[in-house]
Amino acid sequence: MEVLVYLVPIALALGLIGLLGFLWSLRSGQYDDLDGAGWRAIADDEPAVPSASHPQQLK
Amino acid sequence: MAAIRDFSYYVKDLGSGLAHLDLAVEGVTCAGCMMKIERGLSSIPDVTLARVNLTDRRLAVEWKKGSLDPAQFVDRLAALGYKAYPFEPVRAEVVEVEQSQFLLRCLGVAAFATMNVMMLSVPVWSGNVTDMIPEQRDFFHWLSALIALPAAAYAGQPFFRSALAVLRARSVNMDVPISIGVLLALGMSVVETVHHAEHVYFDAAIMLLTFLLAGRYLDQNMRRRTRAVAGNLAALKAETATKFISATEISVIPVAAIAAGDIVLLRPGERCAVDGTVIDGRSEIDQSLITGETRYVAAAAGTAVYAGTMNISGTLRIRVGAAAEGTLLAEISRLLENALQARSHYVQLADRASRLYAPVVHVTALLTMLGWVALGASWHDAIVTAIAVLIITCPCALGLAIPTVQTIVAGSLFRAGVLLNSGDAVERVASVDTVVFDKTGTLTLPELDVVNAGAIPTDVLQLAGRLALASHHPVAAAVARASRMASPLEGIVEEPGQGVRGLIDGVELRLGKPSFCGAEGMANEILSADPEISAVGFSKGRDRYVFAVRQQLRPDAAATVSALLKRGVLVEILSGDRKSAVKHAAAVLGIRAWRAGLTPAEKIAHIDDLKQRGRKVMMVGDGLNDAPALAAASVSMSPVSATHLSQAAADMIFLGKELAPVLAAIDFSRKALQLMRQNLALAIGYNVLAVPIAIAGYATPLVAAAAMSGSSILVMLNSLRARRVAPEVM
Repeated sequence: MEVLVYLVPIALALGLIGLLGFLWSLRSGQYDDLDGAGWRAIADDEPAVPSASHPQQLK
Repeated sequence: MAAIRDFSYYVKDLGSGLAHLDLAVEGVTCAGCMMKIERGLSSIPDVTLARVNLTDRRLAVEWKKGSLDPAQFVDRLAALGYKAYPFEPVRAEVVEVEQSQFLLRCLGVAAFATMNVMMLSVPVWSGNVTDMIPEQRDFFHWLSALIALPAAAYAGQPFFRSALAVLRARSVNMDVPISIGVLLALGMSVVETVHHAEHVYFDAAIMLLTFLLAGRYLDQNMRRRTRAVAGNLAALKAETATKFISATEISVIPVAAIAAGDIVLLRPGERCAVDGTVIDGRSEIDQSLITGETRYVAAAAGTAVYAGTMNISGTLRIRVGAAAEGTLLAEISRLLENALQARSHYVQLADRASRLYAPVVHVTALLTMLGWVALGASWHDAIVTAIAVLIITCPCALGLAIPTVQTIVAGSLFRAGVLLNSGDAVERVASVDTVVFDKTGTLTLPELDVVNAGAIPTDVLQLAGRLALASHHPVAAAVARASRMASPLEGIVEEPGQGVRGLIDGVELRLGKPSFCGAEGMANEILSADPEISAVGFSKGRDRYVFAVRQQLRPDAAATVSALLKRGVLVEILSGDRKSAVKHAAAVLGIRAWRAGLTPAEKIAHIDDLKQRGRKVMMVGDGLNDAPALAAASVSMSPVSATHLSQAAADMIFLGKELAPVLAAIDFSRKALQLMRQNLALAIGYNVLAVPIAIAGYATPLVAAAAMSGSSILVMLNSLRARRVAPEVM
């Protein structure tokens, strides 16, 4: 059971990192435009390059 | 209008040489639009940022100060095919946005804490029967406390604050039992952890907060979205005024930047956007949006004019002023204030439920404790069992029962063209049994229409339409709209007070007063049949035609009224317009109860009278004169074309040309109230099953967690049914 000594802190740290990541994404306005964000991910970059990979995402 | 447009009022200075402008954009629906706009604006030199928000239909632009005129962005967007206008977020919207971000932060904290506490709880639940030694269990309990206590302190704020506020006012709402339950669960768990006990409830407490915050956030988010749409609609009305910046120079500036004492110019065909007094000029004005009276009124120096007044014939100079004593506006403001004060505060279903619920639950817990002591249990065990009762009954499902339905029904109403202004409107609409309509602008469309377009040859209509495009007169505008033409004829001369004339292929064309076109005979025939009509003459050489122009009923008004009657709702018309006009509309719609020529005070008196007789009245109106009546009714609705004051007083705003949203509001609200009641019943049913288990002392943390999530999911699934209303035909 000595494994707990490092597994538990790792688990807690991972949780904390997840939370901080969420708060960061919230602060940087990533939840301000939920509709637009989805479309931006699949929009062509400039100059327009036809996206060859993952065509199944284009729903 | 080619005058200078001055948007500097809306431009924010970001410092470091950058300027920022927010615009509401109409017609952005997809990623294509988004990219088109962003690229189109970014290609303007010196623009540093152009970002579309697809959810709110807005655009933020930033640029290096100095070189660019903000009006340029509006023009570029128009060239791309989008109507846009700068806007300034209203205070209420800013508050909603802050609130919704705070709730999302709380939800994030609570959700992460729940996940981690669960990670620790599951081994304890399963470890008890296998190989977990008590020291390990204690260690896990302490870790849970370490996570749950700070998380609950942060994420519980919305509930604790609201509970404190309501307790200070010596009342109870749903947040009181929630706060007590959470605090006691956490407190007891800490004590139990110190005493190396087997069962702690950190998971239950933090999970409860997560579920409730999810419900609250969704509710808040829907409200924020509605506000954003309402804000865009207000901005896209693009209300401007032509202000004299010196004795001879004029500039078109946004109404928000106009101050009392400014002098503005009002041309024929323009709608006045300010309240004030005429200081120079003579004209006829259309006050129908103010008084409901459709007949034009003469205006000269000294006449008071109000925002929403349409100027018909002459040019006026108006001094902007606050409402002077004795004017209509002052009278309406006074009535509105009285009505708002007298408005009985509606107690929401959730609060009524919690007023019954909180005492019952707390007494049950107390009796449980005393009962166990009487049966010889130790005080410690008795208290733990009592707190377990509180945790089990903690109104998770009850707290979700109403906000989830509200969120979903607000979304459905939104799609049906109804924007909710006040949160509890849905519950109040559901009990409505009388609908009182204003006539002008509510049952009728706000704009004039040509009613005999079918009787006139298409080529004549098109020619008349192209001629009409040269005039700003509202009647001419109706002809132009009916013709669907976009290219005005060239070389048109406007004869003030008469009409317009021009030449095509050497033939003279005239559009205007019947006498101006020599069509008096035909006009009199039409007028004698329907005195409400404005007749417009049109002549091409020797051919004569007459257009009959009038305010038309909304296309589905009759269907909506009969559908309301079919649902057992009493329908009445209260109008400020004259008797003949109201009588005609009532006859067409099949409404038996109508009153005409009412003042704002008489409208209120009638609504109060209906309320005294025990009827729940919904008022639907748009005029300035309706504002006090809107506030006096149990619940109220305004079309989006209504005056500002009416929109502010109304609980709901409906969009579009149709009246169907009124019906949709009633149908969806009735369905929603039914689902709210069902949800409350489900929540109570769950308690009836779970409480005996808790009283008997079998509510282990595992049982608490399972019961809580089970009941919450059940309630949420039931709420989803609010998306659809049984397709009852109109």
